[in-house]
Amino acid sequence: MSAADAAAVLLWLSLTAYAVLGGADFGGGVWDVFASGPRKQAQRRAVASAMGPVWEANHVWLIFMITGLFTCFPIAFSSLSIALFIPATIALLGIVLRGAAFAFRAHGREAVGPTSPWGIVFGGSSVVTPFFLGTAAAAVATGAIRITQGRVVSGFGAGWTTPFAIIIGLLAVALCAYLAAAYLMVETEDDPALQADFRARALVASVVSGGLALLGLGLAYAQEPRVWTDLTGNGLLLTLLALINGPVALWGVWRLRPRLARVAVAAQMSLVLWAWAAGQWPYLVPPELTIAAAAAPASTLRAWLVVVGVGMVLLLPSLVLLFRVFKARNPAAA
Amino acid sequence: MGTSLGFHIVFAVLGVGLPLLMTTAEGIGLWRHDATWIALARRWSSAFGILFAIGAVSGTVLSFELGLLWPGFMAFSGSIIGLPFSAEGFAFFLEAIFLGLYLYGWDRLRPVQHWLAGLPVALSGAASAVFVVMANAWMNTPSGFTLTNGRLASVDPVSAAFNASTPTETIHMLVSAYVVTGFVVAAVYAMGMLRGRFDLHHRHGLLLGMAMAGIAIVLAGITGDTSARFVYGAQPAKFAAMEGLYATTRGAPIHLGGIPSDSEHRVLYAIEIPYGLSILAALDPNAVVRGLDSFPPDQRPNPIVVHLSFDTMVGLGTGLGLLALVFWAMFLRSRRMPRNRLLLWCLVAGGPAAVVTMEAGWFVTEFGRQPWVVYGIIRTVAAATPAPGLAIVFIVFSAIYVALAATLARLLLLLSRRNRERAVPAPGTEA
Repeated sequence: MSAADAAAVLLWLSLTAYAVLGGADFGGGVWDVFASGPRKQAQRRAVASAMGPVWEANHVWLIFMITGLFTCFPIAFSSLSIALFIPATIALLGIVLRGAAFAFRAHGREAVGPTSPWGIVFGGSSVVTPFFLGTAAAAVATGAIRITQGRVVSGFGAGWTTPFAIIIGLLAVALCAYLAAAYLMVETEDDPALQADFRARALVASVVSGGLALLGLGLAYAQEPRVWTDLTGNGLLLTLLALINGPVALWGVWRLRPRLARVAVAAQMSLVLWAWAAGQWPYLVPPELTIAAAAAPASTLRAWLVVVGVGMVLLLPSLVLLFRVFKARNPAAA
Repeated sequence: MGTSLGFHIVFAVLGVGLPLLMTTAEGIGLWRHDATWIALARRWSSAFGILFAIGAVSGTVLSFELGLLWPGFMAFSGSIIGLPFSAEGFAFFLEAIFLGLYLYGWDRLRPVQHWLAGLPVALSGAASAVFVVMANAWMNTPSGFTLTNGRLASVDPVSAAFNASTPTETIHMLVSAYVVTGFVVAAVYAMGMLRGRFDLHHRHGLLLGMAMAGIAIVLAGITGDTSARFVYGAQPAKFAAMEGLYATTRGAPIHLGGIPSDSEHRVLYAIEIPYGLSILAALDPNAVVRGLDSFPPDQRPNPIVVHLSFDTMVGLGTGLGLLALVFWAMFLRSRRMPRNRLLLWCLVAGGPAAVVTMEAGWFVTEFGRQPWVVYGIIRTVAAATPAPGLAIVFIVFSAIYVALAATLARLLLLLSRRNRERAVPAPGTEA
């Protein structure tokens, strides 16, 4: 494996971490919008207290991926920035508003009350952001971004406005909501009524995301030959695993096995991402930019890998500490 | 991008400075078993929680905007200067993790553990500032790569990160961050004192803020002086614009204030100190200082913006130094908190003044580098995106920043009012 491949794998891992961790925070926002029934406020509180200590750390995976992308694959970064200017800008707006709204509401809750306009902004931007990130991903996967002699020649609407991209955008929202509901089933283990609320939500999200995924596959077969050949070529094994894992996750939710469900739903998100990655290998931005062609000079890649290695040594134990203090059932330190 | 940066930089510096204040206060509290210091740290931490979240999102905007607005710059520079950005990512990551522990861990961690969780926040805050400014330093004095026919031939990202401007610029920025935080915090408590609140909480807050500001402003002066001398050698066009010097001069005077006039090739309405500039730049009254006229017209920065920003920075910076000096002289002489209303008003003004000083300094380095985005290599125009609708994006983001700033201010005010209502009448309300 070349240094460029290693860098690509690491970036894809950080994308996965962002999707599995940060995605759930967006999903939490979705359930904030759809909070309903007699335990409406309790549901919102559960979302807020689950996100509070971790969402900023989860969010940094995205920043890590962006900086890694422009360090290791500057041409891919600048081409993507131009081609996906519109969806990326909208997603960015969503990220800003979501984070600000959450902070304002979480830290100022007692001061402003639960029904401030920032609550609406929080929910709305939690839906908008994954949707547009999903459409942008679809634009890359379908090979709609055309680059000739280092210039982006496809238009600013290319790839992310197709029916397939819209389905993928919706799938991204549904998967985020599914993740959040499954995680919240674990977080609310000592409140069965509240847990039942999130179980019902997880079931809905499971069915919706499963349906959208199958619809997406169908559309890929009918309209997006590149995606179809990728998923049935290099990505076949992972695609099949995703198809098997989907019902497992559903079973875990149905039989109220929150811990199993949590792992299975996170695996589902990861499998979708890795089936896509394996499918388009060795391309970074198909059909023109391969990983090797977009890579920065070897000296940069090596230095980056060293920085990442050192950084991870500091980072991973810290992350483990964070999650142990806040996500363990009986915090030892309390 | 400029708007986003100008907005972000305020949060960034508070993100660097506040954790240090917070952990210092908590440390003093633990050391002396004094609950008021700990309560102070706790209040700062809840305000910082909001500030950090806004800083985090505005920082994300920046990392996206690098590509969205400047794809030409990033395609060229990404591989050279991406490294400090990636390192900054890690520093920021650690800051977010330990801040999560610190903010939400007041009741979950033992006191000393909690204090220890604060230290990495302060450290990684400082480290991220250094890393980011490394990248900016590279834009001023690009190095660590070779070009063949205008294309990158080889890259040495480590020497790019440690380019010639790095030492002066990063240290100057870091101490400035402490200056701003110190004065802003002091201003908040001075405001409270003007309203008659002289309890321990306010006195401790003001003292600690002024301690940080006092130490840092001295360092800022020293590093600022070094920086200016460095610019004289490395970026003569910027230096000329800073001083509003048009003609190349031996034994150049320094211009205090005034408005540089391109048509008359001199600074109007300025106070001139003969030989001042040559002495400052090279410690030699007869040193030659290159003037703006010696650069081709399309390579000159705008002297009006740069000169006025530079004088604003130096002028306000000096004023802030004097303010700190007067405050500490009065405090040490009487051994108690000065209650002079004029001084308190000055301290209140010192907060915004420190922010303006820092923004002015940033204007100097950015506008002074124009028309280049990477000095001598890439022009700003060539680096911008071809995407349409930039004006709309600009307006939307500016509007959002205004809304964020307004909400933030309102929330911080509510937060402090709530804290006050909750607080039991503090012991020792009279000094």
